[in-house]
Amino acid sequence: MIDEPFAHGSSIIHRIDPRFKAVFAGALSVATAVSYRFEALFFALGLSLLLVIAARLAMGLVIKKLMVVVGFLLLLWLVLPLTFEGEVFTRIGPVKITRPGLILSAQITLKSLSILMMFIALVTTASLVTLGHAMDRLGIPAKIVHLLLMSYRYIFVIEQEYRRLSRAAAVRGFTPGTNLHTYRTYAYLVGMIFVRAAERADQVYKAMRCRGFNGRFYCLAEFPAHRRNWIFAGLMTISLAVLVLLEFTNAAQVLT
Amino acid sequence: MLISGAVLAAAGTAVGLKKIDYDRIARVGILSASFFVASLIHVPIGPASIHLIMNGLVGLLLGWAAFPAILVALLMQGVFFQYGGITTLGVNTMIMALPAVICYHLFAPLLAKGRKAVLAAAFGCGFCAVLLGAVIVGLALMFTEEKFLEVATLVVTAHLPVMIIEGLITAFTVVFLQKVQPSMLPTFDGSPQKTANSQK
Repeated sequence: MIDEPFAHGSSIIHRIDPRFKAVFAGALSVATAVSYRFEALFFALGLSLLLVIAARLAMGLVIKKLMVVVGFLLLLWLVLPLTFEGEVFTRIGPVKITRPGLILSAQITLKSLSILMMFIALVTTASLVTLGHAMDRLGIPAKIVHLLLMSYRYIFVIEQEYRRLSRAAAVRGFTPGTNLHTYRTYAYLVGMIFVRAAERADQVYKAMRCRGFNGRFYCLAEFPAHRRNWIFAGLMTISLAVLVLLEFTNAAQVLT
Repeated sequence: MLISGAVLAAAGTAVGLKKIDYDRIARVGILSASFFVASLIHVPIGPASIHLIMNGLVGLLLGWAAFPAILVALLMQGVFFQYGGITTLGVNTMIMALPAVICYHLFAPLLAKGRKAVLAAAFGCGFCAVLLGAVIVGLALMFTEEKFLEVATLVVTAHLPVMIIEGLITAFTVVFLQKVQPSMLPTFDGSPQKTANSQK
């Protein structure tokens, strides 16, 4: 149920320093999110597509992951063009479809898909542990990193706990349905997960103290310097600049 | 909008982080993991099914520490399932964690009262945590574009069944915890889990 399908690979993207990837994933996503002009948005889409291709990920799986968002986007396409007021683009019977509604839907679609693909290509191509260490090196507060690594360590354990409990319920003849009994059962199941988690947390904490935990969590990972990191950084900086320029070409034309 | 969401989430997380000392990190981390797993549970409702959110419960159990806990859980969701990207992380954290903290302050004091009050308070906590979340979504959409008002009301009404189920499940869970491990719940002085480590 929980896995990191893209974390392992030998592509050029996988081999780039996760710190560089995280920084540019953030910068590019923000730049895309605040862009409105279609030139910029299509550039972002193309760029994110290139990144996904460069990462040599299983395309079927990438598309499957994108479908989750596509469902939501389809809903937007259904709602926005109909409810948005403005210049009427076309009419289907009594229903009018407005141009601003269509434009907005298109913008949101382009943005979401590009940002998601950037995320897949640049962030999910490192395992969460590596990402945590990269965040530590980037100066993210140590507590957050510690929290992240701690949670990551235990989600698998707790998921097993959950599976055990639901197996136990199934063995006792529990079939979920829309009734109070089902909700009560799930509530007790969740409660049990939390109780066991809390107990485990106590044990883990005591074990950590026994091993001399003094409030500092050491990240020993090292990220060796390599020329390709800087080439990547250069390419991404240029892309970022192009993206920003495309968004502001109007302003640039006015200035010259 | 995205930026203000991120800034607010960062502020909330900073407060939450201040509240947890290193002794509690293991606890918050593991509860954050359970929160993540709880959100994988699908509960049937009619022909469809919804997944639990449980932000009200997390608020009750963690107080302000719900902010970093939810942020981490969302980050992991992003990495595992590619839900949302980096830019929406801040907004999403706000949508779930702010109601959690508000509900904690509203309902935690009521837990010391009788059984009926506890049931009502816990139901209210689960219900309001989702309601407030939907309201924040609505507000967020309204700030982006006024015309979104329809969408915003849609969001709130669409989440009505979710609210009721969250309310029910939170209520039952809290009653369960009160019987099994009362030290996990906040006591009436408003300090969650102070007693948890010293109980044995």
